[in-house]
Amino acid sequence: MTNEGVNKSKRQFLTSALTVVGAVGTGFIAVPFLSQMQPSAKAMAAGAPVDVDLTKMEPGQLIRVAWRGKPVWVLNRTPDVLETLTTLTDKLADPLSNESLQPDYCKNEFRAIKPEIFLAVGLCTHLGCSPTFRPEIAPPDLGNDWKGGFFCPCHGSWFDLAGRVYKGVPAPTNLEIPPHKYVKDTLITVGEDNEEARA
Amino acid sequence: MKKLLYILLLVVPFSVYSAGAEVELEDADIDLSDVQSLERGAKNYVTYCLGCHSAKHIRYKRMAIDLNLDEDKVLQDIAPLGAGIYDQMHSAMNAKDAAKWFGTTPPDLSLIARVRGADWLYTYLRSFYADPSRPYGVNNRVFEDVGMPNVLWQLQGEQTASIKNIDGKPVITELVSKGNGKMSKKEFDRFVNDLVNFLVYIGEPVQMERKAMGKYVLFYILLFTIVAYLLKREYWKDIH
Amino acid sequence: MKNRIGQCTDWFLSRFPLVKLWNEHMAHYYAPKNFNIWYFFGSLALFVLVNQFVTGIMLTINYKPDAKLAFDSVEYIMRDVNWGWLVRYMHSTGASAFFIIVYLHMFRGVIYGSYKHPRELIWIFGMLIFVALMAEAFMGYLLPWGQMSYWGAQVIISLFSAIPVIGDDLSLWIRGDYVIADATLNRFFAFHVIAVPLVLLILVFLHIVALHEVGSNNPDGIEIKESKDPFGVPVDGIPFHPYYTVKDIVGIGVFLFFFATVIFYMPEMGGYFLEHANFIPADPLKTPEHIAPVWYFTPFYAILRAVPDKFAGVIAMGGAIVVLFLLPWLDRCKVKSIRYRGGIYKKAVLLFVISFIGLGYLGTQPATPGATLVARILTVIYFGFFLLMPLYTRWEKTKPVPTRLTHQPSLEERLPGWIEFFNEVFPQTPVKDSHGNTVMKRRPDRTAMINALIRFAKKLKESLD
Repeated sequence: MTNEGVNKSKRQFLTSALTVVGAVGTGFIAVPFLSQMQPSAKAMAAGAPVDVDLTKMEPGQLIRVAWRGKPVWVLNRTPDVLETLTTLTDKLADPLSNESLQPDYCKNEFRAIKPEIFLAVGLCTHLGCSPTFRPEIAPPDLGNDWKGGFFCPCHGSWFDLAGRVYKGVPAPTNLEIPPHKYVKDTLITVGEDNEEARA
Repeated sequence: MKKLLYILLLVVPFSVYSAGAEVELEDADIDLSDVQSLERGAKNYVTYCLGCHSAKHIRYKRMAIDLNLDEDKVLQDIAPLGAGIYDQMHSAMNAKDAAKWFGTTPPDLSLIARVRGADWLYTYLRSFYADPSRPYGVNNRVFEDVGMPNVLWQLQGEQTASIKNIDGKPVITELVSKGNGKMSKKEFDRFVNDLVNFLVYIGEPVQMERKAMGKYVLFYILLFTIVAYLLKREYWKDIH
Repeated sequence: MKNRIGQCTDWFLSRFPLVKLWNEHMAHYYAPKNFNIWYFFGSLALFVLVNQFVTGIMLTINYKPDAKLAFDSVEYIMRDVNWGWLVRYMHSTGASAFFIIVYLHMFRGVIYGSYKHPRELIWIFGMLIFVALMAEAFMGYLLPWGQMSYWGAQVIISLFSAIPVIGDDLSLWIRGDYVIADATLNRFFAFHVIAVPLVLLILVFLHIVALHEVGSNNPDGIEIKESKDPFGVPVDGIPFHPYYTVKDIVGIGVFLFFFATVIFYMPEMGGYFLEHANFIPADPLKTPEHIAPVWYFTPFYAILRAVPDKFAGVIAMGGAIVVLFLLPWLDRCKVKSIRYRGGIYKKAVLLFVISFIGLGYLGTQPATPGATLVARILTVIYFGFFLLMPLYTRWEKTKPVPTRLTHQPSLEERLPGWIEFFNEVFPQTPVKDSHGNTVMKRRPDRTAMINALIRFAKKLKESLD
């Protein structure tokens, strides 16, 4: 073994070259390993759009459907409720839904395409619990300020019946509204709208 | 040394002998890049097979992507009525009914090409012949006493077997067509070939992609090995 | 900033002997400088072990160890999971690759006497790894829940019932049910995924620690520690790092080339790596016409079938593995490497290789009377190699062993010879093409071929003396 006359720069270069080639290869093989943890085609199939039939819905009724495994609420709001909603503005954190997630066609006061039908993902924007539906006004446990809405039992967040979050609760934004469209007057498709086909 | 030769002598004739006398299979012309053939095969499958045999591991969506077809077109032209694009190819028949009618549940065919091979399927589907002793009046040359009727007989026409006695045993020498099918022999062969092509595809939908990807991977590994070898040679100049 | 990193490094190094470990096992671990191609398989085995761990964990993410769901979940991985097919093929091909590598690694030990004093313990640990690997592979093969998985497991577990008195209860206990069932699948999953891999990991650790204690053997079978320079460094040794790390990386590159070829172009390997019948879901009511274990078990399976008695067959199969453990004590010859051993040992090894490959082939084939006869002869040779070893190695006429490593031409140095050989057998000959022009084309030359064959035969005979 002799170390004289060793071409050090060549060794350095080849070592770096092999490191780079090896790192690129490791990067490539990491892609399949990481992306195999992405939702599979089966999960995508479960995430396919769902239809909601409104024909049998009564005023004030809330129905739940599963879309991508999440609860989606469809609420039939009475004129009284809609009127209450207009009075809440100063108590809300984001009354105009500027910070919240919803399609453009739902970025309005009632957060809906048609004011009487409210549709939202029933998961609290704080840490993902599903809030309870509390339409009654001023129940003993929630106090006189409660004008009907959704109450998250996990960490006490308040939402009104348009899914808008109150001030001073842990949840940062209003409830998320998924893309949806009216196929006809009494049939909504959740997960698909007319503006763009979302995956 | 002599012992060795003796063993070689023993092994060689054995390996020849073990290739038994079976029906010679005909070559299916498998070309998975021929998406038109696959599309025809898919239609044939839905029309003639899906009634009894599901292919529950393939989704219509996947088929649309791999065969370059529009999703709506797949639902209209290929999938049975009422199927959704994310659905797998389920059969309309219920397994219990099937077991009652056929004595056994018709198997799912998603993987049949990986079990039997393309040539066997191609030969099998063309080798039914009239045999009045069987419940459906047909038997099959490569799958004796098969429990399946010949669903393609209207296309192919009936076939009869010409039988000769060899060493005291009846042996089928060839199948003769009565010529009463809707298709000519050539058309029918192509029909079956499309179907088998499709079965090979659903056996492993990724196979085209896999082979296409392989050459890049091998090229990369070659590059890596060359650089590694140069580095090794450089370091090993130290060693005398 | 640089100082901070330095401080952190010092903090760590003063609490953990990283430098010492690195020096002991890499930078100042002196390996003989004459390792040849046979010495790649140790590092390759480690590489494949890592592959199996990583891909195995990835598969566990989507696999369902439930008799109703297992088969479909494998197809789900193959089709619906992103890149699931690649991960699965890497795992299934890796299993076969592992056995190819381990068999070659063991054979290296046999020809260069790596099991002999002072390396008996390394061999024992290695054999334990082999047994654990067989258990791992066997249980892993049940998981896809195909016909071969099911009936293969059925046959192998039934072997335990051949043991007198406790046999039936034992096989019942292993299965956890009266047949292979959901209970069996679930426990095999647990063993395959956590228990046996842990054992393997510990054994590999012990194998390497024991190796680095006594030092590596080499193709000359000489202890390099016997000739040291004034600094106590073996004169024929070179530091493992960088010399053998860079060399082993080349080995990994070459291996990956073959590995990727199988994965991307022939993942079933003609039914040897993934058996055709295993694409049918397990059916407890229907046995496939021809059951054969996966190729790496077939030599032992052939021995099992060759013996006409159930219990004796099981004993023979187990014995075929047990004798391997005893190898360091069966071999009485003082010389390690086959280069300096007597002709009788060389011939015995050749016969052993033939019997092992022959049995492996027969194990994949149906048991016809002719095949069984051949299998019996090969079984006798297999056991003869080991059990007669104390006799024929005692009187072996060995050649003088040099005191220092010899130089053998490396692959690079042999290349010109091969080119010359190619030129001789396929010489450039003038050929007239369709336009009547004379062009030089390579055509095989008959007499040169015969000459080469004769030369080869002579060389073979010489090398067997």
